[in-house]
Amino acid sequence: MMLSRIFSGDAPKSRVLTALLLIIVVGLAVAPFLIHGAKPLNVAAKICIFIVLVASFDLLLGYTGIVSFAHTMFFGIGAYGVAIAFTRMGPNWSALAAGIAGSLALSLLLSLLVGLFSLRVRAIFFAMITLAVASAFQTLASQLSDFTGGEDGLNFKLPEVLNPGFSLRDEPFLGASLDGKLITYYLLFAAACVLFLLMLRIVNSPFGRVLQAIRENDFRAEALGYRTVVYRTLSNVLSAGFATLAGTLLALWLRYNGPDTSLSFEIMVDILLMVVIGGMGTMYGAVLGAALFIIAQNYLQDLMKLGSEALAGAGLPWLANLIHPERWLLWLGVLFILSVYYFPTGIVGRLRKT
Amino acid sequence: MSTTAATPASAVSADDSLPKTRIDKLPLLLLPALALLALPLVGSFPTWVTLTVAGLAMGMIIFIIASGLTLIFGLMDILNFGHGVFIALGAFLATAVLGTMADWTASENLLINLLAVLPAMLVAMGVAGAVGYAFERLIIRPVYGQHLKQILITMGGMIVGEELIKVIWGPGQIPLPLPGGFRGAILIGEAAVEKYRLIAVVTGLTVFAAMFWVLARTKLGLLIRAGVQDREMVESLGYRIERLFVGVFVAGSALAGLGGVMWGLYQQNVVPQMGAQVNVLIFIVIIIGGLGSTGGCFIGALLVGLLANYTGFLAPKVALFSNIGLMVLILLWRPQGLYPVAKR
Repeated sequence: MMLSRIFSGDAPKSRVLTALLLIIVVGLAVAPFLIHGAKPLNVAAKICIFIVLVASFDLLLGYTGIVSFAHTMFFGIGAYGVAIAFTRMGPNWSALAAGIAGSLALSLLLSLLVGLFSLRVRAIFFAMITLAVASAFQTLASQLSDFTGGEDGLNFKLPEVLNPGFSLRDEPFLGASLDGKLITYYLLFAAACVLFLLMLRIVNSPFGRVLQAIRENDFRAEALGYRTVVYRTLSNVLSAGFATLAGTLLALWLRYNGPDTSLSFEIMVDILLMVVIGGMGTMYGAVLGAALFIIAQNYLQDLMKLGSEALAGAGLPWLANLIHPERWLLWLGVLFILSVYYFPTGIVGRLRKT
Repeated sequence: MSTTAATPASAVSADDSLPKTRIDKLPLLLLPALALLALPLVGSFPTWVTLTVAGLAMGMIIFIIASGLTLIFGLMDILNFGHGVFIALGAFLATAVLGTMADWTASENLLINLLAVLPAMLVAMGVAGAVGYAFERLIIRPVYGQHLKQILITMGGMIVGEELIKVIWGPGQIPLPLPGGFRGAILIGEAAVEKYRLIAVVTGLTVFAAMFWVLARTKLGLLIRAGVQDREMVESLGYRIERLFVGVFVAGSALAGLGGVMWGLYQQNVVPQMGAQVNVLIFIVIIIGGLGSTGGCFIGALLVGLLANYTGFLAPKVALFSNIGLMVLILLWRPQGLYPVAKR
């Protein structure tokens, strides 16, 4: 009963899926103590951040049926908001609050404007407009270099507790040193959990049902008396808000933000791939998609490199070239196209069917 | 093309009684208005001429690239996010073809240069058209009528296409120098006009004239325009609209290939990411023109080209946002673009 409330009545509904989700969540929860080193912790933190980001994109793409290419713009606004606030106001908590509040306000306003401006017409129109707006914003961010640090980005310090130099205890606990980095990680983890459950709540509310109705048949939804423009715009605003929060988490983790880390179109493509591979229209797809993609991105490429070198050594340069790490995006693209055709509901849809 | 429907004789006489379609002239006036507005701001007349020709040339190249996209959208109701790949493909093919003819491109003789560039254009158009055919069959055919999937699939095609270009030509930037005879400028009065811009204007006008002729004066064009207006009606009259689709898609891709050659020569270098960069520009252009409208696309492209050059001269920082500013202004005036296409 309690669990059902937490999951908003939308349980994973498949044993394999539940098991996978449990592995991911427990894995993320104990990651700092399980495997040591900077890279695994980085991967785990990135997964937390991207779960929120991908889930917020799924709210728009999977649940409302709107394609936006401006999602990284809101992600970037969040990251820049925190970065700018910390550089201007110094490392204290009020800077964090100001950064989050300021970037949220900007994101909500911008998404409302873009939504009202272009969602009236057609979904396809929205996709194009957001692409144009996002690219203009990217240019703007690199041009306002006094403010955003331009191409170099901004390095900043966090409040003392979150700094890597800070230490709770001198001796390590279970092999992990209890420093500011660890505290930041758990802050991220907790925030990601809360935000994810909140989104799960939203999509399973009556409001979320209307969004799904619009996705399935907007004409009918309109005929039933729902103002589709209003709902679509609200969905856009909500998803922008969550993306902004994900961006603030990213800035907290990296203690740096620049155009390539949060605004670039490559991240947009990554998010698209994660949503589609994980499963559109299911929040759990975001968890699976983000976790699998980021683990693959960080470890599979190393494996590809090893394999490629081994094959090149064995005198098969053609095969070696095929699995060269640089070909990674090529295969992902192919996988993306195939999954849109054959598994439109992604991994989660597959698992729920069986 | 099947020819089942014979035109009834009465249709000719009925034609006279039909009211003439009024041409909406307001968007046409935008071009001279923009140019005249820029004149006092720029100040000197020769500079203005230079900028105007440069803007028109840029606009013509953009038009060549974007025309295919708007045609495809108008007829097939498919927004091809992968259009940029065909542009990049055209540009890379140009580097390959022109690279093998270094003697001819190095020559100062314009005629010999043209003999080198023409095959490059033909190869680019041919290959881009052929790839477009495969793209339509493999990628787009299965998702007709499903907008969401179309956007995702063509985006996927874009990713894969860009990576394939990297596989063939490598991830780096490749220079694409202008042939010797295209370089330099000629003086008209006191205004210096770059030769290549003139060539671009001529090519663009040729493409526009050819497209206009096909669309307005041939039966094929009639069918395409009818298909844009009402697809089911054309189908019910017994025409195989599927073949029209494929034909238009191939033609659109070939135009993108040609535009890619022109754009590559204009930028003088090519990168695999150029497709994605140009995509944003051509989307803005076809939104300004009205999705699916060829005439609107032409005016939109010229407006974007002119404005980019004027603002580039007057306020370089603003120039980066001139396109999107223009789009917002036009959409505030006409939310469906300059020439809204019926039923869209």
